[in-house]
Amino acid sequence: MSLSSLTKPWQPMSYGFLDASAKREIRRKMLKAVAVPGCQMPYASREVPMARGWGTGGLQVSLTLINPKTCVKVIDQGADDSVNAASIRRFLAQVSGAPTTLDTLKANLIQSRHRIPEEKLTAHQTLVLQVPNPEPLRSVQPNMSIARQMHGDADYGRMWLQLYEQIVRSGRVMQGASYPAMVNGRHVMTPSPIPRWDVPKLHMAQHLTILSAGREKRIYAVPPHTRVEPLVFDDVPYRVEDHGDLTCHRSGARGFFMNEIPLPDGSAAHEISDSEYGVKTIRTRDGEAVETGDTWYINGLIEDAT
Amino acid sequence: MTLTLNPPRLVATDALLQISNVSKSYGAVNAVRDVSATVYPGEVLGIVGESGSGKSTLLRMMNLEEIPDSGTYTLDLPEVSGNLFDLDRFARRMLCAKRIGIVYQNPHLGLLMDHTSSGNVAERLLVAGERRFGELRARAQDALAASEFPLERLDDPPRDLSGGMQQRVQLAKAIALEPALLLLDEPTTGLDVSVQALVLDTLKRLQQERQITMVLVSHDLGVIRTLADRVMVMRRGQVVEAGLVDQIFQDPQHPYTQQLVHAKL
Ligand SMILES: Nc1ncnc2c1ncn2[C@@H]1O[C@H](COP(=O)(O)OP(=O)(O)OP(=O)(O)O)[C@@H](O)[C@H]1O
Ligand SMILES: [Mg+2]
Repeated sequence: MSLSSLTKPWQPMSYGFLDASAKREIRRKMLKAVAVPGCQMPYASREVPMARGWGTGGLQVSLTLINPKTCVKVIDQGADDSVNAASIRRFLAQVSGAPTTLDTLKANLIQSRHRIPEEKLTAHQTLVLQVPNPEPLRSVQPNMSIARQMHGDADYGRMWLQLYEQIVRSGRVMQGASYPAMVNGRHVMTPSPIPRWDVPKLHMAQHLTILSAGREKRIYAVPPHTRVEPLVFDDVPYRVEDHGDLTCHRSGARGFFMNEIPLPDGSAAHEISDSEYGVKTIRTRDGEAVETGDTWYINGLIEDAT
Repeated sequence: MTLTLNPPRLVATDALLQISNVSKSYGAVNAVRDVSATVYPGEVLGIVGESGSGKSTLLRMMNLEEIPDSGTYTLDLPEVSGNLFDLDRFARRMLCAKRIGIVYQNPHLGLLMDHTSSGNVAERLLVAGERRFGELRARAQDALAASEFPLERLDDPPRDLSGGMQQRVQLAKAIALEPALLLLDEPTTGLDVSVQALVLDTLKRLQQERQITMVLVSHDLGVIRTLADRVMVMRRGQVVEAGLVDQIFQDPQHPYTQQLVHAKL
């Protein structure tokens, strides 16, 4: 008789790096955030082996949601292969045993910085967005306790005034990334620094989006089937970036959000910002049978989600 | 023979504003002591008094910015009833935004100095829920025109404007929503005499054209005489005398008022 025949084989009894009480706190805050869409919930942001400002907020949410069967995808500005995305993906896999993927369709959990994938997310997927500055009122109200009161009162006059001022002074709304949006007709949130192109993807989406700021210690959420309406005047329509006509120089795809690559002669080439979607397009073009999902944008135009 | 007196027509209508027995102290300073006032629709009530007599404090209470230690305040408006000091912060803010306009003595209190002038006016409309850019602009322009602001400076920030123009922006902001009550805290103090006269003219014209109910605070009897129907004289936080402007100016009863009127003449 040997010792090993008397004991169970080794199994992980805990996963996801954070201890049980830390996860429980974040879970509770996520539930609150889902219950009041767009409303920022403070939480006790824990230490993780990564510097604040590099996605610790998103990481803590991912670590709480992950289990050994979750299929994880991590992107940074649309790319799966940037150093930051690769490190977070490796870390998540290492501490949970979860499989990882680059394919948006296969992922259950997608942690992202600054982008939402081009393929539509579905009800079995959760998107975690890293947020540097969660407070949309910061630019109009530097005092955070007054800002909280303004959220409480739905006092967003100053936000609207900011848009008015931009149109008067520049002829158009200058806000690019982090375009403020009204969630469920009640709370204005910053959708993290995603481009304007991506904001409509949150409107009436099928998936759950959790936004988390590690340094600022705030979690907020957009539950499935929730209205997310960018702040715009009735007679000045919302405009996404003019990328609808650009062609990806590597895959030949058109009508998606592009990265600009400056060329030596001063002109610029473009490539699809969602790197894995670009790869899929190339492989399809080369005759491979690749499963590509529906995209939010078709021919550079968004499908009406409502 | 018995003489029956009919009450004057003015009194037959309901008061728009009624503030009763309000007191407020800041530590040892009794800024306002047991003050009551009534304002009828379309009327201009002037408040005079020396510096520190509690005029601005009373006006801030009427604007629901300041809650007194005791006393009640009612406005005869369809959407509110009861003592307005009991409203919560949110209800107070909405009522002020939609129904009460105020012009502060110090433009820095009433204006966003770095925004455009039209934006300052538009903010009121935005708070009230206007979401059409074209409409915002048109209505801001109308309000600025009504307060005789030079329209070519529409989008200049108040920071770059003269004092008189800043007061006109404040006035435009205050009247943009056709308020039920317009509060003016020394609207012409600090302006040079000729500009003062122009701003007074604008106020007078607005009053005549729109019959706006106003409460006008000033320590300048000339201003009160030009604009007000009735006047309330305050001293050390208390009302010492109140009545029709002509009556008070011709025949002051209280020694302080007598002093005030004679000093002026
Ligand atoms: N926020 C405050 N904190 C402390 N004391 C205050 C405050 N506001 C007003 N006071 C005091 O209350 C008294 C009345 O002030 P108030 O500003 O109402 O006077 P005023 O009649 O408007 O004077 P002025 O003609 O100089 O504007 C003053 O003694 C003032 O110092
Ligand atoms: Mg004063």
